[in-house]
Amino acid sequence: MGNLYDQLMKDVRFEEGLNACMNCGVCTAICPAAEFYNYDPRKVVDIVQGKDEEEITELLKSETIWYCGECMSCKTRCPRGNAPGLIIMALRALSQDLGYFVESEKGRQQLAIKRTIGDWILSTGYCVYIDGISLALHPEQGPVWEWVQENKTELLERLGGNYKGEGPGILRKIPDDTLAELKRIFEVTGGLERYSRIEEYSKRKAEEMDLDLNEGIDNEYFRHIYKTNNGSHTR
Amino acid sequence: MKQEGKIAIWREYQKEIADDKYFYVRSCIRQNFFPGSEVTFLRILRDVLKKDVFEHPCHTTCSGIGYHGDVVPVETAMTVVARQFALMTEAGYTNYVPSCITSFGLYTEIIDTWHHFPEVEEKVRQKLKEATGREFNIPSNLAHASDIIYKFRKEISARAKYKLINHDTGEPLRVVDHIGCHYSKMFPSKGVGGAEYPYVLAGMIEEWGGEVVDYPERRHCCGFGFRQYLVQANRGFSVACSKEKFESMKPFKPDMIITNCPGCPMFLDRWQYVINEMEGTRYGLNGEGIPVFTYEEVAGLVLGFDPWDLGLQMHQTDCEPVLKKIGIEYSPEDKYKTGVKTFSQNQPALANV
Repeated sequence: MGNLYDQLMKDVRFEEGLNACMNCGVCTAICPAAEFYNYDPRKVVDIVQGKDEEEITELLKSETIWYCGECMSCKTRCPRGNAPGLIIMALRALSQDLGYFVESEKGRQQLAIKRTIGDWILSTGYCVYIDGISLALHPEQGPVWEWVQENKTELLERLGGNYKGEGPGILRKIPDDTLAELKRIFEVTGGLERYSRIEEYSKRKAEEMDLDLNEGIDNEYFRHIYKTNNGSHTR
Repeated sequence: MKQEGKIAIWREYQKEIADDKYFYVRSCIRQNFFPGSEVTFLRILRDVLKKDVFEHPCHTTCSGIGYHGDVVPVETAMTVVARQFALMTEAGYTNYVPSCITSFGLYTEIIDTWHHFPEVEEKVRQKLKEATGREFNIPSNLAHASDIIYKFRKEISARAKYKLINHDTGEPLRVVDHIGCHYSKMFPSKGVGGAEYPYVLAGMIEEWGGEVVDYPERRHCCGFGFRQYLVQANRGFSVACSKEKFESMKPFKPDMIITNCPGCPMFLDRWQYVINEMEGTRYGLNGEGIPVFTYEEVAGLVLGFDPWDLGLQMHQTDCEPVLKKIGIEYSPEDKYKTGVKTFSQNQPALANV
């Protein structure tokens, strides 16, 4: 039994998600990502249950594991009760722990998710926060969203929100002691360590790619990973 | 499948939904994009149905988008959720009601994992105690907010000012229901009607006078896909999924779409705008878009709430075709009245469809 398989087995999602796969391919048939990307969850499950160290290493460094949208449609349909989506989540966790994620274009995007969603969780108490959802990052939000952003204080009040206010309600200010509790949870459960590893490996990769990487999102590396699509991912 | 067969399957998946004393937790996405829906949920529960709904000011994100964006480890997500349960326990409640489907799925997944791996639950209890000094009970009843509206659909119907009926023709509106993937695809027994025939929204549509549209890609994901939308380079996946659904539903001529997920109504709304901008395609009747609603927005319209109190002005795809069909009284000039910067309907960027 290979070392990487042992590490995957430590993830409760891997243990829950993988029984003996008979390779029927129902997961691939139902998978929205398999319709769009060069992606076949059946093959992913086959590789990991084969326990071949070299093949799992290749998978952890590949684009493949980043194509899944985690909709979990595969879980509904698998006749053996497997959940390829959960296996993917375990593979992504291990890829980040080992620093292999920076070896693929899609994997490198983890820094962009960490510096938006990840950092908002700890700074605001929300996964998604209106102040950060700019048209520059989200042009698809359209002109109405631009109007919303320009009038958000009045509009949220008009709709009964509590934007940056005390007490309960829509987009209330999350109290500082609550944010401190969140940060402490991240500290004792490995959340901050995951963030640090994403930062550390990304910094090394940025140097290797000769791209500037400062704090925040206004730098060459962030823009590169956020926008670059080499066009080789789809069918 | 024969209709009797479907009904039999639905009966197997009827879940228990508490009827009062709810501990309510908000959705990150909905607070930003559909604030009026959460306000409307509380208005219906508290003011119309006279239910006890408690919101703790110190609850936070469940970290679900970060968890499914794979930057938040599973142990961390579990402990953040355990803290939410601790707030419920401290407040003296046992019926937990999340506004978000991603949260609902995460809570369901975590409670199931703890059931199968009690040592994981014990470790989370230790970590929560170490980090915050808090302890928790697992909710005795976990129901998504749409389950609650489903449960009281008949009470809402009894107070209805409007029905989902075309007031000119008397015909029922043709309504597409879109269920968030994490409502029941992971754990079918936790959703009303299961994963194959979820009834939570169909039940509302039928009760309020509409006709449910069945179409080939009815159960397909909207295309959020977490990282597939969060990163700009991946959004082709997201829009392609929504487009597949629109193409599939178009021949059935839907009047409207109703959803129960935070992301789905936003994507089904915004991607219609984007597809129109990219290729000039519109999927609704008479060259219009297909208006997309949350279940609270629809419940609010049925009860006669003002559309602009519901927040329908925040949609990119205009809601007015449905308002007109139902015969809802509204003030067009009040739509974008809020705020100091006005929204000019003559702006070339305005591509409301």
